[in-house]
Amino acid sequence: MTWRNTLVGALAFAVVASAAVVLPAWLMSLATIALANALVVLGLIILWRAGLVPFGQALFYATGAYTVALLGRFTDLRDAVLFVIAAALLSGILAYLVGLLLARYRDIFFAMLSLAMSMILYGVLVKTETLGSTDGFHVESATFFGSALHGRTAELVLFWFVLAWCALAALVVSVYFRSVAGSLAVPVREREIRLEFLGISVNRLIHLKLIIAGTLAGIGGALAALAVEHVDPTMAYWTTSGGFVFVTILAGAGSIAAAFIGSFLFELVRSVAVDLMPGTWQIILGTVLLLTILFLPGGLGSVVTVGRRRLGIKTP
Amino acid sequence: MSAILSVRGLEKTFGSVVAARDITLDVPRQQSIGIIGANGAGKTTFVNMITGYLRPSKGSILFEDRDITGLPSRAITRLGIARSFQVAQVFPSLTVDENVAAAVAVARTRASLLMSAITPLASAPATAEAEELMTLFQLGDYRNARAATLPQGVRKLLDIAMALVGAPRVLLLDEPTSGISIEEKFAVMELIMTALASRRTTVLFVEHDMEIVARYAERVLAFHDGTVIADGPPTQALADPTVQTLICGTAPLGVAAGEVLHAQGLRS
Ligand SMILES: Nc1ncnc2c1ncn2[C@@H]1O[C@H](COP(=O)(O)OP(=O)(O)OP(=O)(O)O)[C@@H](O)[C@H]1O
Ligand SMILES: [Mg+2]
Repeated sequence: MTWRNTLVGALAFAVVASAAVVLPAWLMSLATIALANALVVLGLIILWRAGLVPFGQALFYATGAYTVALLGRFTDLRDAVLFVIAAALLSGILAYLVGLLLARYRDIFFAMLSLAMSMILYGVLVKTETLGSTDGFHVESATFFGSALHGRTAELVLFWFVLAWCALAALVVSVYFRSVAGSLAVPVREREIRLEFLGISVNRLIHLKLIIAGTLAGIGGALAALAVEHVDPTMAYWTTSGGFVFVTILAGAGSIAAAFIGSFLFELVRSVAVDLMPGTWQIILGTVLLLTILFLPGGLGSVVTVGRRRLGIKTP
Repeated sequence: MSAILSVRGLEKTFGSVVAARDITLDVPRQQSIGIIGANGAGKTTFVNMITGYLRPSKGSILFEDRDITGLPSRAITRLGIARSFQVAQVFPSLTVDENVAAAVAVARTRASLLMSAITPLASAPATAEAEELMTLFQLGDYRNARAATLPQGVRKLLDIAMALVGAPRVLLLDEPTSGISIEEKFAVMELIMTALASRRTTVLFVEHDMEIVARYAERVLAFHDGTVIADGPPTQALADPTVQTLICGTAPLGVAAGEVLHAQGLRS
């Protein structure tokens, strides 16, 4: 069963990779951003399963993005792989540090403390001249395996590059979900005391989840920075965090695929709404969220399960 | 030293309330000890201190000659002292199968968090261990039932089965038969004690029902006002006139009231 899921996932990524060749430019750039953001959502799903919703995940997203931007600005490094690895490390370390405190809190305190930390970063970014202040700054183009690319080729290679990171992240997260630690989400949510008396520390377990989620968000931010070629403090702002939480609710915690599909739909609806019906974006956002919560509380991921049940197919 | 567990001068105060004082005793390996006492006598406090849920205000606890006083409960569990709860602490929305599987998996990987993040939940040896526990506690018929829907007695058995993962040498049971009907009590206790005997587990159980204590305890500790007022074989301890007046006489009334209090109290 698990092997089948992995195979289906690999196939889906391969199909998307090939389809990219014929995608129009606007759709490809939209998909690139959506994929990058989906990594943040993937991390949020890990936390949400354990009953934790951080309202400041943009902290790590912005950290990843600024890592890439600053490396491009202040060093001669241009390699895309190096950029993303640096962003992953830095955001992972930051998540470790923040987690030392955050892992002790639950519920609304967890959410708000996470928000507070992200707003501190926002404040620092806005106030610091060398970090571009409110305007942010341009991100230097990265090189891919030694070559600088231009035009359509650059877009296509960047898309594949982002897709490859997503495939890797999906694989890692699916291994994690099947692991002992990964399968303790409901226990963490329901009975911490029992886990402690089984011999493990719930705080450390949550700390681990925070580090994984923070690293994923950092990678997402780095990829987004490469795609948008610009960073600014709104990447750390609470509305950015809120957007990720929104997509997480839309996607549901049920499946990894839903994170990617949900993120893509979110970007698609947003860009269509902004183009065709300016000023209605917030209304659409609110309505979609309302409908999701009312009619699909399990999120997009539950469509498959619900559909199977309707058709009388047994859920594996 | 032959004692697996030694307690010296244990004391616990909550503000002005002295919940435990001057408790000193040795527990030999594989003994089965019944702990009795009226409501508020300090039985749960005693269990909580041994298992690290509460830090003693004074005194020391030695387990296999090692000082475990003040260690966090997870560390004490890892060393080999397990417990069940007055109100069963299981994962309500998981099935019995999933509860046991989770417990077994945790015990097998608890030495390293990183190992637990890459070790698959399901493995042949883990499944075998889970099945053994399910059989031992006759949970097979309920395997697909959510823990929240289980009859009280079965949930208690599940709680104890989960406490037994990783083969602890000492098990403390806080009122294993509370909330179970009189008719079922003996059957449940028989099941528990047989299972523990087969694993050579040293057991201390808190119990209000004197018939059960007389039948299953080799030794009785009678608690009153935070301290042990009688310690000996059941025939002797239960016949003690002080125990008779202070504990045995008050038990039936106290049981129900105590359970209500603790159903609320233990969550904190
Ligand atoms: N966390 C706490 N804070 C304050 N007082 C407490 C606390 N826990 C227990 N006590 C008090 O300590 C005393 C002993 O309580 P304990 O729960 O150990 O009794 P018990 O023998 O287990 O009673 P029962 O038969 O009702 O379960 C009681 O007076 C109780 O009110
Ligand atoms: Mg008690």
